[in-house]
Amino acid sequence: MELRSNVPEGPIERKWEKHRFEMKLVNPANKRKHTILMVGSGLAGASAAASLAELGYNVKCYCYQDSPRRAHSIAAQGGINAAKNYQNDGDSVFRLFYDTVKGGDYRSREGNVYRLAELSVEIIDQCVAQGVPFAREYGGLLANRSFGGAQVSRTFYARGQTGQQLLLGAYQALERQIGLGKVEMFSRHEMLDLVLVDGRARGIVTRDMVTGEIESHAGDAVVLGTGGYGNVFYLATYAKGANATAIWRAYKKGAAFANPCFTQIHPTCIPVTGEHQSKLTLMSESLRNDGRIWVPKKARDPRPPNQIPEEDRDYYLERQYPSFGNLVPRDVASRAAKRVADEGRGVGPGGFGVYLDFADAIKRLGANVIGEKYGNLFEMYERITAENPYQVPMRIYPAIHYTMGGLWVDYNLMSTVPGLHVIGEANFSDHGANRLGASALMQGLADGYFVMPYTVGHYLASNKIEKLATDHSAFRQAEAAVADRVRSLLGIGGQRSVDSFHRELGRIMWEYCGMARNQGGLETALEKIPALREQFWREAKVPGENEELNQSLEKAGRVADFLELAELICLDALERRESCGGHFREEFQTPDGEARRDDENFCHVAAWEYAGQGQKPIRHVEPLSFEYVHPSQRSYK
Amino acid sequence: MNLTLHVWRQKNAAARGRFVTYPASDVSPDMSFLEMLDVVNEALIAGGEDPIAFDHDCREGICGTCGMMIDGQAHGPRRATTACQLHMRTYRDGDEITIEPWRADAFPVVKDLVVDRSAFDRIVAAGGFITARTGSAPDGNAVPVPKAAADLAMDAAACIGCGACVAACPNASAMLFTAAKVSHLGLLPQGQPERHTRVRGMVAQMDAEGFGTCTNHFECEAACPKSISVRFIARMNRDYLVATLADRGEPASAEGGTG
Ligand SMILES: Cc1cc2nc3c(=O)[nH]c(=O)nc-3n(C[C@H](O)[C@H](O)[C@H](O)COP(=O)(O)OP(=O)(O)OC[C@H]3O[C@@H](n4cnc5c(N)ncnc54)[C@H](O)[C@@H]3O)c2cc1C
Ligand code: FES
Repeated sequence: MELRSNVPEGPIERKWEKHRFEMKLVNPANKRKHTILMVGSGLAGASAAASLAELGYNVKCYCYQDSPRRAHSIAAQGGINAAKNYQNDGDSVFRLFYDTVKGGDYRSREGNVYRLAELSVEIIDQCVAQGVPFAREYGGLLANRSFGGAQVSRTFYARGQTGQQLLLGAYQALERQIGLGKVEMFSRHEMLDLVLVDGRARGIVTRDMVTGEIESHAGDAVVLGTGGYGNVFYLATYAKGANATAIWRAYKKGAAFANPCFTQIHPTCIPVTGEHQSKLTLMSESLRNDGRIWVPKKARDPRPPNQIPEEDRDYYLERQYPSFGNLVPRDVASRAAKRVADEGRGVGPGGFGVYLDFADAIKRLGANVIGEKYGNLFEMYERITAENPYQVPMRIYPAIHYTMGGLWVDYNLMSTVPGLHVIGEANFSDHGANRLGASALMQGLADGYFVMPYTVGHYLASNKIEKLATDHSAFRQAEAAVADRVRSLLGIGGQRSVDSFHRELGRIMWEYCGMARNQGGLETALEKIPALREQFWREAKVPGENEELNQSLEKAGRVADFLELAELICLDALERRESCGGHFREEFQTPDGEARRDDENFCHVAAWEYAGQGQKPIRHVEPLSFEYVHPSQRSYK
Repeated sequence: MNLTLHVWRQKNAAARGRFVTYPASDVSPDMSFLEMLDVVNEALIAGGEDPIAFDHDCREGICGTCGMMIDGQAHGPRRATTACQLHMRTYRDGDEITIEPWRADAFPVVKDLVVDRSAFDRIVAAGGFITARTGSAPDGNAVPVPKAAADLAMDAAACIGCGACVAACPNASAMLFTAAKVSHLGLLPQGQPERHTRVRGMVAQMDAEGFGTCTNHFECEAACPKSISVRFIARMNRDYLVATLADRGEPASAEGGTG
């Protein structure tokens, strides 16, 4: 397997422009002769589907929800970055590029990241034109805030519902194309396999989640925008249905999986309350702009927070990182929370929590101002915990939130399978080992609105793609394999629920491959996961039949894939013998407990190639070089 | 606490449904309503029965996927709360709870508590957008939008498309849903060029889908998990009138937009 990044030559600020000129174009009259299969309708998928259809391609778009408007992008709260420099505070495309490469701990590709920063500017224009109701200043111009530790105000937002509003903008553009007949939408359809013909991605097999029908769809190119795989940890901030199935099946058909161990933990989530917990809720990180994080100085201090005097509190982020304080990047904040919890200083039931306190901000700005900024978040918090954050500090704890890893793609966002493009959170491209706040929405929309329309066309124009229908034998084989798997799942005939397996897998992953990892732990996980997988295929109970809406069956298929992917994540974490970004190996830290990168040996992307059932996958390496942003140890002190 | 549930069970769209009673034992007040159903389902699966199908995804009140009638109220008794954000501390030991799917001709039942809301998508496809071809947008700050208009547009845009408004309405009308989108886009300068075609297209589709008419019960606003105001319905009615007059070629000065 060859990993050719295909980043164009030339100075970084000219690469994309040059590439756009050099890419081949599809003649306007020929566009309608091509069909593109777009799997996913989140920010990445909906924006790509709409934009490709506007150009004249025929698009088929798939999602597992009952409507494309419900993709998980809807849940993003905080905002979207763009290097507009509307605030005149020193931002620029180069600075956004620089911050993203540094924030990613020097494990991303400079060329891709620069393009992302460049396109960020156009995204805002596009969204405003669609009617996204961004926050405004009194003069009617767009408002910005600083987010997730950035030292400039470059984040655009729509109250606490930025993801919702951006997604609705893309969804409406998509619905317009559906109305015009240029996009055919398949809601409640789950992609269960990728179909290759002559080594190229030519179609997919889906299951109609209402009737159970297993169907083939043929196209000239396939695009996956199926989101992240964080639900492998069971408890996460993802939607319940978020899954790795599409990218996992593509991996098994030859698409390399890059940096699977780069998972992000978000420091501000509502702590777990009990066994029944089905997901974790994020509290937007914007709260860290005004909230102060602390724990008692004394371990297991039994006093309620309001009775702990100043001198007995440890504002540990402000103490350890005086220049960034509560705004250190996510990975740093999360690990610091784990450290204090490990010392027995965590708060709330079980001790897995730290305080996020607004008392000072309320004193300084008044409850009204705080209410205006965070009212809906405070309300959401109170709804879930029955505690009022105006009166008592919030309790927060880190949770799995994002996956930087994903299918490997080149500069054109094409995977190692010709014709298979991967966009949004599903690819590995732009965030290195750690994603900065408000950068995922930016990436999803950059990929969908502004990269896919060019690079898919280039692929179609530079390759001879034969006409193909679903009666080709490759589809028959894939359908049979899918049907077989569905039958096997329904036929396991055990006694244990699928959820209980998922929960157990999550516990293994969180314990051994969560915020801190080490060789011994990862090796343990690599024994436990295959054992759990075997047990799953022996003892799981999947009720019902295929020919109906069967949510247990849907779950079982996803958990079966997670049980395989989990192993690859741990393997990747084991082989990456360094700490970087969200990947913290306890063996590799500085004397004061910070991540220690090993640029000599690990300044590369690790891309895994599937080698067959029961075979150890093959680790390939794409070296990274840094011409513009020179690797240094990240310091937020 | 221990509760008793009366749940609507219906195998598929064609089958006849009925209520079935289930115990919900050892329910913790910290559970969400859906987590309580998860626990009931685990017990059903263990006992060899078909678990209750219900739609859900984000479980944080924003995707609009969940939705069920709980004791006759869309999303249950708490104001401005989706079913997934309703917590069991609302209930007392020994309570009996009746759970049904949304009831509306335009939302046929798929299974148990799951309904087909694709009619909403078709209403949007009929005009609920601003045509802005990718790549053709002017600078984001080229057209200032007064903060008041942007804020009001955002109030309307907060709709999550769950369908509670339809389920709560005695006429199963989709006016609040449609009006929220018409208002969101109509309040913005960018939405002016298509203001008439939008409202006409969306209203026509809404009628074609078989939603009922609005007779001012305002149950929709009370049921809306995002508290979308019925004032948007009045706004849509005005827009619709203006658009129809304009369509007949009569001189009608449209409310000059809010640009
Ligand atoms: C709570 C929360 C808050 C966040 N806040 C921010 C923020 O403030 N700023 C920011 O930049 N980022 C934020 N993020 C991250 C960001 O929201 C996501 O990374 C991004 O929206 C992912 O978009 P996507 O289009 O790649 O995938 P998604 O939106 O997850 O869409 C995936 C799509 O694929 C479909 N799909 C999946 N599997 C299949 C299958 N097998 N078959 C068919 N269809 C399938 C789904 O139906 C869906 O349509 C947040 C994330 C979370 C969870
Ligand atoms: S599950 Fe998303 S709103 Fe309830």
